[in-house]
Amino acid sequence: MIKIINIGMNHNTAGVELRECIAAEPDNIIKVLSFMRESECIKEGHFISTCNRVEAIFTTDNVQEAKRSIRSFISRLVNIPEENFLSSTYTFEDMDAVKHIFRVASSLDSMVVGEPQILGQIKASFAVSIEQKSSGVILNRLMHKAFHAAKRVRTETGICEAAVSISYAAVELAKKIFHVLDNKKVLVIGAGEMAELAAKHLKANGVKSIVVANRTFERAEQLAKIIDACPVSFEEISSELQEVDIVIASTASQEHVITRKQVKKCLRKRRNRPLFFIDIAVPRDVQPEVNRLENVYVYDIDDLKGAVKSNMAQRQKEAIKAERIVQEEVVKYERWLKTLKVVPTIISLIDKTESIIKAEIRKSSSILEKLTPEQKKAVDKLSRSIAQKMINDPILYLKRKADRPALNTYIDVTRKLFNLDEDRNQDQDLYHGYK
Amino acid sequence: MKCLWFNLALIFELTATGGFIVYIIKQNKWIFRYSYWILVIGFIFHTIFIGYHYYLLGAAPVLNLKSAFSFFSWCIILAYLILYSRFKLMVLGSFVAPLAAFLMTISSAMPWVENPVSPVYKSFWLSIHVGTIFMGNGLFAITFLASIMYLIQERQIKGKRFGPFYGRLPSLATLDNINYYSLIYGFPFLTVGIITGSVYAQVALGVYWQWDPKEVWSMITWLFYAALLHERLTVGWRGRRAAIMSIICFCILVFSFLAGSCWHGGYHTFESIKTGKAL
Repeated sequence: MIKIINIGMNHNTAGVELRECIAAEPDNIIKVLSFMRESECIKEGHFISTCNRVEAIFTTDNVQEAKRSIRSFISRLVNIPEENFLSSTYTFEDMDAVKHIFRVASSLDSMVVGEPQILGQIKASFAVSIEQKSSGVILNRLMHKAFHAAKRVRTETGICEAAVSISYAAVELAKKIFHVLDNKKVLVIGAGEMAELAAKHLKANGVKSIVVANRTFERAEQLAKIIDACPVSFEEISSELQEVDIVIASTASQEHVITRKQVKKCLRKRRNRPLFFIDIAVPRDVQPEVNRLENVYVYDIDDLKGAVKSNMAQRQKEAIKAERIVQEEVVKYERWLKTLKVVPTIISLIDKTESIIKAEIRKSSSILEKLTPEQKKAVDKLSRSIAQKMINDPILYLKRKADRPALNTYIDVTRKLFNLDEDRNQDQDLYHGYK
Repeated sequence: MKCLWFNLALIFELTATGGFIVYIIKQNKWIFRYSYWILVIGFIFHTIFIGYHYYLLGAAPVLNLKSAFSFFSWCIILAYLILYSRFKLMVLGSFVAPLAAFLMTISSAMPWVENPVSPVYKSFWLSIHVGTIFMGNGLFAITFLASIMYLIQERQIKGKRFGPFYGRLPSLATLDNINYYSLIYGFPFLTVGIITGSVYAQVALGVYWQWDPKEVWSMITWLFYAALLHERLTVGWRGRRAAIMSIICFCILVFSFLAGSCWHGGYHTFESIKTGKAL
């Protein structure tokens, strides 16, 4: 009986030092895969290694031996004694393993639930194991179904939608106000690290022109160089307010840098174009009353954190939906896996009819000799289609019963009924373990 | 026959409305696509109905409140379909379709009464007058709905409380744009409608303007919309203030339509149209 086994560690079970060890050498993946391919007891193998997780998935009919050999191989590979990392790993078998892989691909097992990178990483590592020819029918199907589950989770739930970092939340808000950021102008006040990060994020989302203002002009110039912006002096802020659409404020100033009066003055000159203040400074740089002005929106760090928090809660809610989808896909995969059990019987059924046809035609060869080639062909076709019609219903019946608990009885009866076990030495391909 | 087309239009528009409401809740694109095409089919039936009715009467089918509501509904859908092709804003349908279907439902609840049509209504000018006025009204209805959407969305962003509408409604800039475009397209229609009405009055009655209540109210509506447009273009009004003003303007428009048509004496009322008294 072949089993699907998954041994792995993730950000919850293992420290970063341990995960690093395996991910450090890109060659390691290939080494593990070729070990799996060569190993006696491992039939198919697939290996995933990212900065947050290591997963080895394989099929075997000798569970204990396979587990032991893969553990000891990895221990030798990274030069860490087995007992040191054993406690950091988890092991799943059969449907639990399938479910785990589906959850990983759907980003339900990630540190930040719903982050999109993991699927790409798994796809890349799957490509490697295809290249290394370490995986086969069962794992190929498993991975394809994992991608399918991930795609369903992404399209049918909102798990990837809401922003879960502050700068990302700010960009989302800007998009809800301006729709597109392409032709928008940004003023960055204060040249700290946070400002740099937020400015870069806006730039990645299409903002073309950025102005940097700082109390010390040199620092403004430095930052401007990094983010390809234009430095201005602190005194120019008032005039810049007439031009820009988004303001990122992050100075260390103890007083408000932007006051209501100042903003109000420029509104008419701006012809009421919306103005969005992102105030990530503590204490705040923008007077809170500015938010009361028409077409002006002020978000301070707490507001942004609030948005992130509610988005997190939203993701958790969506995750429940996603778990259901994963469960559905696991059930589908399990059903497919069970039909594999009937495959050998079906194949021997087909083989048997084929050999009967051949034998009978051989017997009548003396009479058939006299026929023209067309007639011979017709006889051949006729006998084949009769045989096919005969076994068609038993095959369909077996497939239908594939997920019944009494499947073995059905298989047994079929084999006896058609006397299939007489020629057991026939080639039974790689599924023989499923008998 | 005309009942058939009317009912088909009604059924399809109601179904589309249901679809659009499900769409705004579920957010599945395919629901939108189906609802959109159901609405288009409803619109086609509606067009056939209006064309057929026109053919039967020999005059624009707006001579009683029932037909007027149905025609208004048709204009709103037409305005939506035109704006959709420009903005591709799916969620607008969830606001437009219910309004159009609502008007159709009211229309369907009214009895079919056909009075003989006085020859004075079988005029080319009437069709132009009513057609342009209603097209303007249809576009203003979109302005109105976009304004409501704007106010909902603005309230959430300004108040920093993100309700279920936050993700479903588009950006403020988009809503303001729709508000703006439906206004600048609607205004010329209203203007032309009033001018052709006055030409028609000259042709039919011999006077350009006779201070009929509906004429006066239409003029007031026109002035309000003119003021809104002026503020938008010169001072740069936008956003919340423009949205509120659009809503006020639309309320005046609806009032002038209903009041002028129903319970003020004057030759625009359907009562006088029915009897031909004013003429």
